[in-house]
Amino acid sequence: MSRTAREVVFVDGVRTPFGKSGKGLYAETRADDLVVRVIRELMRRNPGLPPERVDEVAIAATTQIGDQGLTLGRTAAILAGLPRSVPGYSIDRMCAGALTAATTAGAGISFGAYDVVIAGGVEHMGRHPMGEGVDPNPRIISEKLVDPSALVMGNTAENLHDRFPSITKERADAYAVRSQEKVAKAYADGRIQPDLVETLVRSAEKGFGLATQDEPPRPGTTMESLAALKTPFRAHGNVTPGNAAGLNDGATGTLLMAEEVAEELGLDAKMRLVDFSFTGVEPEVMGVGPVPATEKLFARQGISIDDVGLIEINEAFAVQVLAFLEHFGIADDDARVNPWGGAIAVGHPLASSGGRLMMQLARQFAERPDVRYGITTMCVGLGMGGTILWENTNYEGGK
Amino acid sequence: MATEESRLSPSGVLGGDASRHGSITELFADEVVTKAIARDVELPYGAGTAVLITLDNGHDHTKPNTFGPGGLLSLDAAIEAAKARTDIVAVAVTGKPFIFAVGADLTGVPAIQNREQAEAIGKLGHDVFRKLGELDVPTFALVNGAAMGGGVEVALHCTYRTVSSGVPAFALPEAFLGLVPGWGGTYLLPNLIGAEKALKLIVDNPLAQNKMIKGEKVFEMGIADAIFAPADFVEESLRWTAKVLKGDIEVERAEVDKGEAWDNAVNMARFVVEGRLHGAAPAPARAVELVGAAKTATRDEAFDAEDQALADLIMSPELKAGLYAFDLVQKRAKRPAGAPDKSLARKVTKVGVVGAGLMAGQLALLFARRLDVPVVMTDLDQDRLDQGVAYVHGEVDKLLAKGRVNQDKANHLKALVTGSLTKDAFADADFVIEAVFERMDIKRQVFAEVEAVVSPEAILATNTSSLSITEMASGLRHPERVVGFHFFNPVAVLPLLEIVRGEKTDDASLATAFAVAKTLKKTSVLCKDAPAFVVNRLLTLFMGEVLSAVGEGTEPEVADRAVAPLGLPMSPLMLLQLVGPAVGLHVAETLHEAFPERFAVSPQLKAVVEAGRTEIFAPDLTIDPEVKELLKGGDSPSEEKEILDRALRALAKEIRLMLDEGVVAEAADIDLCLITGAGWPFHTGGITPYLDKVGVSTEVNGKPFHEGAPQAL
Repeated sequence: MSRTAREVVFVDGVRTPFGKSGKGLYAETRADDLVVRVIRELMRRNPGLPPERVDEVAIAATTQIGDQGLTLGRTAAILAGLPRSVPGYSIDRMCAGALTAATTAGAGISFGAYDVVIAGGVEHMGRHPMGEGVDPNPRIISEKLVDPSALVMGNTAENLHDRFPSITKERADAYAVRSQEKVAKAYADGRIQPDLVETLVRSAEKGFGLATQDEPPRPGTTMESLAALKTPFRAHGNVTPGNAAGLNDGATGTLLMAEEVAEELGLDAKMRLVDFSFTGVEPEVMGVGPVPATEKLFARQGISIDDVGLIEINEAFAVQVLAFLEHFGIADDDARVNPWGGAIAVGHPLASSGGRLMMQLARQFAERPDVRYGITTMCVGLGMGGTILWENTNYEGGK
Repeated sequence: MATEESRLSPSGVLGGDASRHGSITELFADEVVTKAIARDVELPYGAGTAVLITLDNGHDHTKPNTFGPGGLLSLDAAIEAAKARTDIVAVAVTGKPFIFAVGADLTGVPAIQNREQAEAIGKLGHDVFRKLGELDVPTFALVNGAAMGGGVEVALHCTYRTVSSGVPAFALPEAFLGLVPGWGGTYLLPNLIGAEKALKLIVDNPLAQNKMIKGEKVFEMGIADAIFAPADFVEESLRWTAKVLKGDIEVERAEVDKGEAWDNAVNMARFVVEGRLHGAAPAPARAVELVGAAKTATRDEAFDAEDQALADLIMSPELKAGLYAFDLVQKRAKRPAGAPDKSLARKVTKVGVVGAGLMAGQLALLFARRLDVPVVMTDLDQDRLDQGVAYVHGEVDKLLAKGRVNQDKANHLKALVTGSLTKDAFADADFVIEAVFERMDIKRQVFAEVEAVVSPEAILATNTSSLSITEMASGLRHPERVVGFHFFNPVAVLPLLEIVRGEKTDDASLATAFAVAKTLKKTSVLCKDAPAFVVNRLLTLFMGEVLSAVGEGTEPEVADRAVAPLGLPMSPLMLLQLVGPAVGLHVAETLHEAFPERFAVSPQLKAVVEAGRTEIFAPDLTIDPEVKELLKGGDSPSEEKEILDRALRALAKEIRLMLDEGVVAEAADIDLCLITGAGWPFHTGGITPYLDKVGVSTEVNGKPFHEGAPQAL
């Protein structure tokens, strides 16, 4: 049987506003309810898509326990009211969960096994703190397979400062201040809001409420205010709550399909999935992961960083972004990078974040017909990086 | 104390009424207060800021939101706070997860001592709720879960309503208990959807075993303006709210016919209520009159009239009886008095039913559905057996056709119910019930045969309606495993199960019987092994008095309607026809044998049975002339009043004797039996509260059944 790979396109994306974990917006709201809201909104925004045409619901979560367990993709599909014929499953690649949901389900489309998929992620770090219920194999320590510092993400960020002495705390803080400024401006320009679906929040004390915008951003953050913050991972270290993403709750969902199916259904294909790559690095410097992942992808595609007009890189830590930029010789404040800010300001609910990168890249593509390629890239715990290369369907460069 | 006072009169919004509210708050000292928690929400589409009020009593859905004085004042404070603001565009009200609000907190009602207090409760509800309809901004009720009574009225006072398609129960059950929807319901609902549909909710459904409707129906009837799925109901309701506020959605409602249709609906309801209750329960009739007046009344007039109706009804003995009856079926029924510790119960993994007649078929179906274990029916005759099994399979097909079970479940149920010509099939059954002909020798023979094949622990249950359990068990090797398990016909409708302990019945067998009853979802009452147990003994006595009056020369029609003032679900002769004259005669004879001085055997009834008549009434519901001839008796007719009196006196005397004999633990169990086994009404509280109220208990027995208000627990 012969087979032709099909083009895979990103049609739409939507997310809940992100909340602060602990006492934040979603303190008393379930993770699966966030996913359900996102799926229903994706369906609502795309009335041309008959629900029974959805062939898979791939939902990522890092901690697959309780309301993030029970084969979340399938549970959420049922709870969202999709037809019983629509299957679903769960995915875990820590922070790159939603990114992996998109590549795995997207690859299935290209293979011809699916026409339409929903790929997304959720993390309620308040209900499920990172590391909840883990049971690392004792061999990891006894055989020194992984440096013990690799299990605490903040420590890996400190390690990254050690590896790249040129990346100082001041550079990291300056990067963080810019991230806050860019998010504030993007909000003021109404660029973030279209991706949000207002979401019911429950509080026994305050009653039901509506989450309508991201809770984590701290507009007005300055170098001075950041300088005052403690370095919880190392005495006199470099990594602070100000130059890293916080602990957050939120869910994202994206709608991917074969390009011909989008055409058939009259849906707007916003970008084309060109290629993707995941690569491992030493776990104790997991933040450097995007570098080899991206290099591998470039090598395969025969392109270079110069061919890439927009970069959505997750900001788990400022140092990890700076390591990437330094490697590729990009200035810290290059306009191609996270033009609307990043996770340091907007928050990073682990497995959900990849979805936010994709939907923001798609909106930027729409505004930038001069740009042909963009990437979404993330570092991943236990030493990995993942990058997806996207092509702007609005690209007019040839004309 | 000072802080307490200030809590009760928030910012003096209720003016000089604060002290009055304070006094009724004290009556509700144990109120679980449903708090009205207000929070600002930014509406979508830039529609502005709304105040979203969540009603939440701080417990999960198993303890639903209710409104006592504390809850009403909390809602008042939230509404007043919103009223004072100029920066909001709407107020929305929703419930806690799964529950909107299920109405007034009735726990303090028995403590109300005077009409003034009763009226104050009505007024307080109106004073608070009506503000939802009188704010400067529109109000929206987002009915997210179960809504009843005052909960429904909160929604009705709002300008707009949305409902979740997941709402499992929506009702105005007041008339069922002995009240009217008196916080605006009788005025607002008919003016929203018309008198005919409103009366369905206000009167018809409460009188139909307190039927409730679901979310879809709420929307269909026009009570809600929009309906959304439960998954993101509040979010989508708020989007709808925003669109309404922005004018993007125009809410259209069917015009209410305030002409003849209104009067016709009220007249029809009046006729139905009178026909059903004969004035026995004041609440439904009062509700009908309020709806009638709502056609032309102003808001103030209508709300005043509701206050008066509530005050009258709260003080009525029918309401006290109704609340008692409610507690009987809601609370007492869940903890049967005298049942042994449930840990003694044995597992039941297979059931045997001896017999293949109609009753056996009903039992087989019930056991298969509820216990989900194999059920074997036996009969000596292949044709009868085939018919019996076919009946059950046919009933399963009916369930399938109605969508009550799916095809897989139907296949499963049919596979569970099988037939056997020999009792060998019972060998591995843990519970065998007999439903054979009502004769002691036959039943003993059957039990002996069953005992020969089953394990020594297997329960032998009998569905006898009047025979002695002890006698039936005597002669068995293991008489301790025999229990009475008396169902009421129709089995699927009447919840009661009289569980009878024989002299030798042991605790484990009895506990097993109660556990099975619970799984069958039946209301079980423990009875002593006394002739005809509870329901048949009292119904036979009651009917016997009516038949005696006929025998003495009273026209059957006169005797039959003499007890109408009780408001029973059917007249005595209609009941006799339903159970069958032959069965009625048989039970009467059994009881006559046991208590010849109190239970007569009507020669007229005997004549009817001997003539082979099974119907007393002609199809037009008049008494069949030939039967009437057979019923002809002496020449000293009685007045209706006299017949009612003698029937009540006989009941009072018999119940006292039964309690003295220890047939059941308490008078409350008698009432629970009559309500769940004979469908006797809430407004009489079964019967003993009524007998106390009219003074018959004291006249006959020298004391009432209940000292003070009747207690269900």
